[in-house]
Amino acid sequence: MHIIEARNIVKRFGKFTAVDGVSFQVESGEFFGLLGPNGAGKTSVIRMIYGFSPPTGGEMSVFGQDIRTDWRTIRARLGVCQQDNTLDPDLTVEQNLHLFARYFDIDRRTARERAEAQLEFFALTSKRNAKVAELSGGLARRLQLARALIAEPELLILDEPTTGLDPQSRYQVWDRLFELKKRGLTMLLTTHYMHEAESLCDRLLIMDHGKIISEGRPRRLIAEHAAESVIEIDGPDRELRRYIRERGVRHDDLGERIILYTEANGDLENEIRKRFCVEACIFRAGNLEDVFLRLTGRELRE
Amino acid sequence: MSRVNLATISLRFRHVWFRNLITYRRIWRVNFLVPLLEPAFYILAFGLGFSGIIAGVDYAGRQLEYTRFIAPALVATACMWNAFFETTYSSFVRMYYQKTYDGILATPMGMEEIIIAEIVWAATKAAAAVALMLVALIPMGYANFPGALLCIPLAFLGGLAFAAIGMFFTGVIPSIDMFNLPIFLFITPMFLFSGTFFPLSGIPDWARILTLIFPLYHLVEMTRFFCIGVMESNMVFNLAYLVIFTLVFSYMALWTMKGRLIK
Repeated sequence: MHIIEARNIVKRFGKFTAVDGVSFQVESGEFFGLLGPNGAGKTSVIRMIYGFSPPTGGEMSVFGQDIRTDWRTIRARLGVCQQDNTLDPDLTVEQNLHLFARYFDIDRRTARERAEAQLEFFALTSKRNAKVAELSGGLARRLQLARALIAEPELLILDEPTTGLDPQSRYQVWDRLFELKKRGLTMLLTTHYMHEAESLCDRLLIMDHGKIISEGRPRRLIAEHAAESVIEIDGPDRELRRYIRERGVRHDDLGERIILYTEANGDLENEIRKRFCVEACIFRAGNLEDVFLRLTGRELRE
Repeated sequence: MSRVNLATISLRFRHVWFRNLITYRRIWRVNFLVPLLEPAFYILAFGLGFSGIIAGVDYAGRQLEYTRFIAPALVATACMWNAFFETTYSSFVRMYYQKTYDGILATPMGMEEIIIAEIVWAATKAAAAVALMLVALIPMGYANFPGALLCIPLAFLGGLAFAAIGMFFTGVIPSIDMFNLPIFLFITPMFLFSGTFFPLSGIPDWARILTLIFPLYHLVEMTRFFCIGVMESNMVFNLAYLVIFTLVFSYMALWTMKGRLIK
C-alpha cells in the first residue's frame, strides 16, 4: 500500500488552476520532496493531502483511505509542520504541546510523556516555560516540529521547514530530520533550498505551473538534466562559444557567463581547463540547483 | 467538504473550548474586575446623576426607581458585549493573525467543531461575566437572591445568540477595522433601544414592533424578570425567539466561516 497516492489531482480557485492533473505516490519510509518555484502549486498539493482543502478533481488517498470522506482518521495518523507559525503565542512551550495533544484525543498522562520526549528530542527542555511569543525563529520552528510529532504520526508533512532560519538553526533542523528518517518515518517536504532537498530526499518531484515537470532520485535527476560535473566560465569569448558549438557540449549561455555540463575528468574537461580557463573558471559538481534552474528557467517569477 | 456538514460535529469541540479557557486564564486576574466595576459605575452615574431629572419609571404597571429599572439591563448588555466581542475581534485575531484555526485543522478536529467551540466559549465568558456582576448587584439590592441566579444560565443562552451573530460577521468581514460597521449599525442601536434605558410602553407602536427584532430586548426582559420579578412581555415568546435566533445564526456562522477558510 502507498502512504500517499494522488491520481490526476486538480485544484482550481475560481478560474485559476493551481494544480493541474498531478499524479504521484509516496511509499512507506520514504523521504519525498516536492520542489518548484513560488506559485507552482506545492502548498496546494500539501493542503489537499491533509484534507484542509478539497480537490476540485481527481483522487487522493492517504494510508489507503479517501481524503474526501476519511479526513478525520487520516489526520489522526499524520503530522503537519505548516509554513506559517501557527503556535499559540500566549501560551508556554509546554502548554502548546499539551493542548495540541488534546485535539488528537490523547489522554493527559500520555500527552505529558510525549511532550517530555519531544522537548528532549528538539532540545527545548530548558525552554519549557518560555512564552512562544518570546522564542527565536529557530526555537519556534523546532517547537512546531515537536508539536507535529506529538501524536506519533506515520507521515510527517513539512512545508518549508527551514525557510527564514539562520544556518545554525537550519543545520539543527536537518539533523533532527535525519534522525527521524533513520527511525523509518515517512516524510514529505517542500523547500526552496536545493541543497536541503538533495541531501534529505530519497526521491523528489519538480512542479511548475501546477504540473509535474520531472520526477526521480536526486542523483538521477542531476545526471539527466545537468551533469556530474559543471564548469562555470565568466566572460566567455567567441572562440569558446564556437568550440562548444562544434563539440555539442550541453550548456547554458547567460551572456556574461557560460555554464557547461560535462563528465568529471573527461578529455573535454581537461581541454577546456587548458585552453579557456586562464582566469575566472569554476569547476564544481553538478547539483539539484542546476536541475531546478534548467527546468524552471532563470527569470524572476514575481 | 466546503459545505456545512452538521454530522461532523462531535463533543471534540470541547478541546478548542478548553484551549480558549487556558489562554484566557492567563489574563483572568485583570479581566474579572471589569464586570464587577462596570455596573457599579453605571449605577453610580445614573443613580446620582439622573435621580434629579427622572423620578421613576412606569414599568409593567409598577413604579420603579430608575436605577432598579436599568440594573438588569446592564447585566444583559454586558452579556451581549462579552459574547459579541469574543467572536468578532478575538476570533478574527485567532483566525487571521495567529492562524490558530489553520494549526487545529491539521488535527482530527473539523472546521464545524472549531466554530461551535468558539461560540460556546464566548457564551461561557458571557455567563461568567454575568455571574460576577451578580456578586456586585445582589448585595446592593438590585437583584433578588436566589432568583437572579437564573440570569447565569440565561446569559449562556443569550451569549450563544450574540456569539453566533458575531461569528457570522467574522465570516464575511474583509478586515478587522470593518467590525465598526456591525457595531455601529446593529449593536449600538440595539444597546440603546432594547428596553434598556426606557420601557417600551412609552414609545409608538411601530417602534415597539421593530424592537422585538432585537435579541437583546428579549434578553433584557427575561433578565429583569429574574432580577426584580416584573416584566412587560411573554417569557415563552422571549425564550423561543432567542433559541431560534441562535440556531439560525449559528448555521449562518458555520456557512460563512467555512466558505472563508476552506478554499
